[in-house]
Amino acid sequence: MEEKVLVANDVKKYFPIKQGIGKPDNYVKAVDGVSISIRKGETYGLVGESGCGKSTLGRTLIKLLEPTSGEIFINGKNIAELSEKEMRKMRKEVQMVFQDPFTSLNPRMKVGDILQEALLINHIGADKTERTEMALEIMAKVGLRKEHFYRYPHEFSGGQRQRVGLARALILNPSLVVCDEPVSALDVSIQSQIINLLLDMQEELGLTYIFIAHDMSVVKYISTRIGVMYLGHLMEEGPTDDLFSMPLHPYTQALLSAVPNPNPRIRKERIALEGDIPAPIDPPSGCVFHTRCPYAMPICKTMAPKKREVMPEHFVSCHLTDSDIENKAEIK
Amino acid sequence: MAEKILEVKNLCTTFRTERGTMRAVDGVSFHINKGEILGVVGESGCGKSVTSQSILRLYDEKRTASYEGDILLEGKSVLSLKEKEMQAIRGYDIAMIFQDALSSLNPVFTIGDQIMETLRIHQNMDKEKAREETIEMLRLVGIPAPDKRVDQYPHELSGGMRQRAMIAIALACHPKVLIADEPTTALDVTIQAQIMELIKKLNEELDMGVMLITHDLAVVAETCSRVVVMYLGQIVEEGDVMDLFDNPLHPYTNGLMRSIPKLDGERQDRLYMIKGMVPLLSQIPKGCRFAPRCPYATDKCRKEMPELKTIEGNQKVRCFRVQEEV
Repeated sequence: MEEKVLVANDVKKYFPIKQGIGKPDNYVKAVDGVSISIRKGETYGLVGESGCGKSTLGRTLIKLLEPTSGEIFINGKNIAELSEKEMRKMRKEVQMVFQDPFTSLNPRMKVGDILQEALLINHIGADKTERTEMALEIMAKVGLRKEHFYRYPHEFSGGQRQRVGLARALILNPSLVVCDEPVSALDVSIQSQIINLLLDMQEELGLTYIFIAHDMSVVKYISTRIGVMYLGHLMEEGPTDDLFSMPLHPYTQALLSAVPNPNPRIRKERIALEGDIPAPIDPPSGCVFHTRCPYAMPICKTMAPKKREVMPEHFVSCHLTDSDIENKAEIK
Repeated sequence: MAEKILEVKNLCTTFRTERGTMRAVDGVSFHINKGEILGVVGESGCGKSVTSQSILRLYDEKRTASYEGDILLEGKSVLSLKEKEMQAIRGYDIAMIFQDALSSLNPVFTIGDQIMETLRIHQNMDKEKAREETIEMLRLVGIPAPDKRVDQYPHELSGGMRQRAMIAIALACHPKVLIADEPTTALDVTIQAQIMELIKKLNEELDMGVMLITHDLAVVAETCSRVVVMYLGQIVEEGDVMDLFDNPLHPYTNGLMRSIPKLDGERQDRLYMIKGMVPLLSQIPKGCRFAPRCPYATDKCRKEMPELKTIEGNQKVRCFRVQEEV
């Protein structure tokens, strides 16, 4: 049995919409019943378009946001039951790298202080010299030079700031790192440097990643398993190669077909989706995708499909029967 | 022979700043033919947006910016025009769409008002006719229920719809040249595919020249017929899409293509990396600008600046190594 770093059962996160005082008028259902488990050493890619709830899920999983309902276990412990003190200890184990390297670092602190603060709060390192040494060590690992220790974030380029963000996360020696669009704000040539760095760090430190991104080619490159989200629901989940070679859910198929290919000789058939993503305040009944699905059937409007295993480890939430799905995947 | 609609000749755009003068665009020459889509690619700071905004002369010439070289619209110089004559060209002959539709649209006017404004200024239309034309434009760019949408404000539309509305404003006067500056960067892939499809369709229907500025090589591969690759204010490579993607000559172009992860095919162990980063405009290296990051750089590259020379057919490259090999 493989070791699970994180297990989440039916996690929901609703944000209340209030007008005035009293009971909320309505809820934004950002994450609506997602179950996933993350194995040790893997990279789990979470993809979807903006507003699908992938970032909210990432934050809820490590309790940066309190889940509305559902259970989350990190290293076997139910984090809902932990006291604040115990949770603080747990946070060492789960760290996050944010998308925007410009706003996620304190502009008034030097890089060295940013790194040492994490140690100080968690009572790691006997004295200042030891903490400084640890900071310098992690800086060398992520490709920052010694002299960067006394610099402020604004003196760095986007790529280097992302290195600082990664160093800040890794200095606590976490087992799980949630990367929320860590390369989306970077230029192509810098993006590949950071992706390679993430892979190097994973190999060296045995990290587990949850990698949230909207760029399918990046996710394909870095992930071992992928979950596709739409309107707060997990539509499909499977090993990277299976998911790309045989996408089962109509949404995954449309999403993959929309990704442009950097080869002008390949002309892809596009599956055009009608309209925009509905608002998560009032998601469609039944299957949330039925309003845009090219294969929608009457049952899709009334009943939400259950997650089922179509191929080993490859799950899909869709009413289409297995043979239907296979036919459609083949046509594609 | 294809008709050149816009020609940029040796354009230099210089900014006077507190820290001295910065030459953001340094000797850029290219042309756009009627009915074609020209892709301009490069990373942030390569001068692709400055080039496009220089074509419309959007910078403050009195205080900070100065242009050299020439820009010809159907053979007539744009740079020598007076401000008032320039105003007649902007939005009428050359139109532009920007990356961020929400901040480019005026939040206090309905999208209908904003499209009608261009029609009324440039074509002297009366209100009723302008409104009819506006609804027609909205229909053309694929906005559903255009007679209702015409009275809505930008915040009431989704990101994709806003970008469509912006395209409608740009195309209202049927411009000869459309400059699209990262039109899909802020959008999701499914919406991006819709918008790129729309730009391609309109390009064919209206027979205009399109300059598509982007950092996404995949978008270029799918939409453009010719490409210009820029680095630090200069063109480093130029050519037909097929040639350039089959056989990228410049080490920078080659590096860019190899550093994007592929959707199909085998997964490489590690991605290709271009070492270092784009230098600041105030620290432009002597000699070839790419030399400090180039794996093949020689002493000659660090001392002398290579010229942009034709290698084969339409493909031009600015690199000593490639030029010597031929």
